[in-house]
Amino acid sequence: MIVILFIVSVIIFSLVNVLPGDPARLMLGQEATPEALAALRKEMGLNDPLYIQYLHWVGNILHGDFGYSLRDHSPVLKTLLQKIPVTLELTFFSFVVAILIALPVGILSATRRGRLSDYLGTFFALSGISLPSFWLGILLIYLFAVKLKWFPPSGYVPLSENFGKSIALMILPAITLGTHLAAELTRMLRSSLLDVLQSDYIRTAYAKGLLERAVVIGHALKNALVPVLTVGGLQLAAFFGGSVITETIFGIPGIGQLVVNAILTRDFPVVQACVLFMAFMVVVINFLVDIAYSIIDPRIKLGEVSKG
Amino acid sequence: MSQTNAQTAAPYPNRLESSPRLRSLKKALGRFFQNKLGVAGGLFLLILVILAIFAPWLAPYNPMKQDYMAILQGPSAKHWFGTDDLGRDVLSRIIYGARVSLKAGIISVAIALAIGVPIGLISGYFRGFWDEFIIMRITDAMLSFPSLVLALTLAAVFGAGLNNAMLAIGLVYTPHFIRLVRGQVLAQREREYVEAAIAAGISHWRIMLRHILPNAWAPIMVQATLSVAGAIISEASLSFLGLGTQPPTPSWGSMLSEGQGYITQAPWIAVFPGLFIFLAVMSINVFGDGVRDMLDPKLK
Repeated sequence: MIVILFIVSVIIFSLVNVLPGDPARLMLGQEATPEALAALRKEMGLNDPLYIQYLHWVGNILHGDFGYSLRDHSPVLKTLLQKIPVTLELTFFSFVVAILIALPVGILSATRRGRLSDYLGTFFALSGISLPSFWLGILLIYLFAVKLKWFPPSGYVPLSENFGKSIALMILPAITLGTHLAAELTRMLRSSLLDVLQSDYIRTAYAKGLLERAVVIGHALKNALVPVLTVGGLQLAAFFGGSVITETIFGIPGIGQLVVNAILTRDFPVVQACVLFMAFMVVVINFLVDIAYSIIDPRIKLGEVSKG
Repeated sequence: MSQTNAQTAAPYPNRLESSPRLRSLKKALGRFFQNKLGVAGGLFLLILVILAIFAPWLAPYNPMKQDYMAILQGPSAKHWFGTDDLGRDVLSRIIYGARVSLKAGIISVAIALAIGVPIGLISGYFRGFWDEFIIMRITDAMLSFPSLVLALTLAAVFGAGLNNAMLAIGLVYTPHFIRLVRGQVLAQREREYVEAAIAAGISHWRIMLRHILPNAWAPIMVQATLSVAGAIISEASLSFLGLGTQPPTPSWGSMLSEGQGYITQAPWIAVFPGLFIFLAVMSINVFGDGVRDMLDPKLK
């Protein structure tokens, strides 16, 4: 994990340092004198060799200093800490939406194989995977905000400020971001559950006279969830990518919107911090998924998982 | 007489008909055609390819031509998918946009294949320090970035535009192919035919290219087909955010982005391009499933 994070930091640093544009000129503006630019470049360490700049950058990050935004000169860490809860809130609600759809649809599809509910579930999974989130978001705004006026079209209010309004504003973005994961999970859960339902121990459970609900929920689901967890974990990481589009469409001031604006305005320190944070979260989530494996299925040892 | 002909023909069967390669191809095609969704997806893709190739003849209007007398007109017999804020015909722009999307999908994946396959092949075949500690760790690190964020950053580094967007998307998909090809090669490397080839003194390069790669090709092709769908969405996303295809060139993503501002007055500007992205991606996904069944039913 440490090695991967080290390589991630090197990639981010290298990428951002080849972005066209001079950070000193961005900070001082087009009218800046050559002397002022030279002084600022010296102060920012831009004249140092790249590896020295990298070591400074990493050292500062380890001390909690992510630098200052080139646009408004505010501390990047402060901005990041303001945006993280917003994106985490969107991620949480999207995950809830995905689970609320995937669990019943996946279970129904697998237990009613070949029937209408299975075909509908499979169609949902197929279309959900193919739906571009930006189109889904626009359609949801058009239908539920413009036409039906059930929800506000865009904006963000913190949960602590106005709970009801915050939830109302979060529903459409959460559906937009959660649908793709719901489709992936449905497909995975259906196929995994179908495999498990063919096992001998399930036949035994039925032979003991257990009801279908008890067999599926009590016996089959736990084992069927192992591959679902893999997809869920990996897709949760992909949420950060998806948040870029969703936050842009719905005007949610999270990390996704921050990183898009920072990239478009070449605000290097903000780009570096956002991308580093997202990659860090992905690495951590993958690690937690590995741990969760061994809890859900004790036959899997953590060491074996990481080797694979 | 005919009986005599049949008898004489029997000991000399048609070489083509009895060729094992031809028989397995026929079997594979049979498996593909059994997958009706895959066939439907393939047909829709074929229509898109025809639209893209023959766009100048099939599009009813010039996609860039602005008509200020026909601004924001709804779908009608004259403009099937309506017109946009500059009076341009949405259908014509969608037909030309198919060129951009298909080109972006195919070229991005070709870039990923061109870089990922050789690296995965060499890495999996020779293994050792470079494979384990350098290539795989860099691959893991690249896979830690949310793909759209990495594509956005790379597109910003290279500069906005379709070619740079394709390069960015190709690089984002590369680690997926490195990992897949390496895994396939590691599995093939242990097979007896590779040991036999090494014992026969065949060079490593020949073993990799002539023996291992053809046997590892099926899952790579399936992944490549499915990745085209992802690459189309990625290009549309980059264009939507302003870093892909630049105006006035029509692309489905940029049309959606432009249409977003008119969603209350003229929803067709955003609805139709999005519908085409959705249908194209779904067709590629189901076609990819069909290709998987065709190339290797065990992969299912």
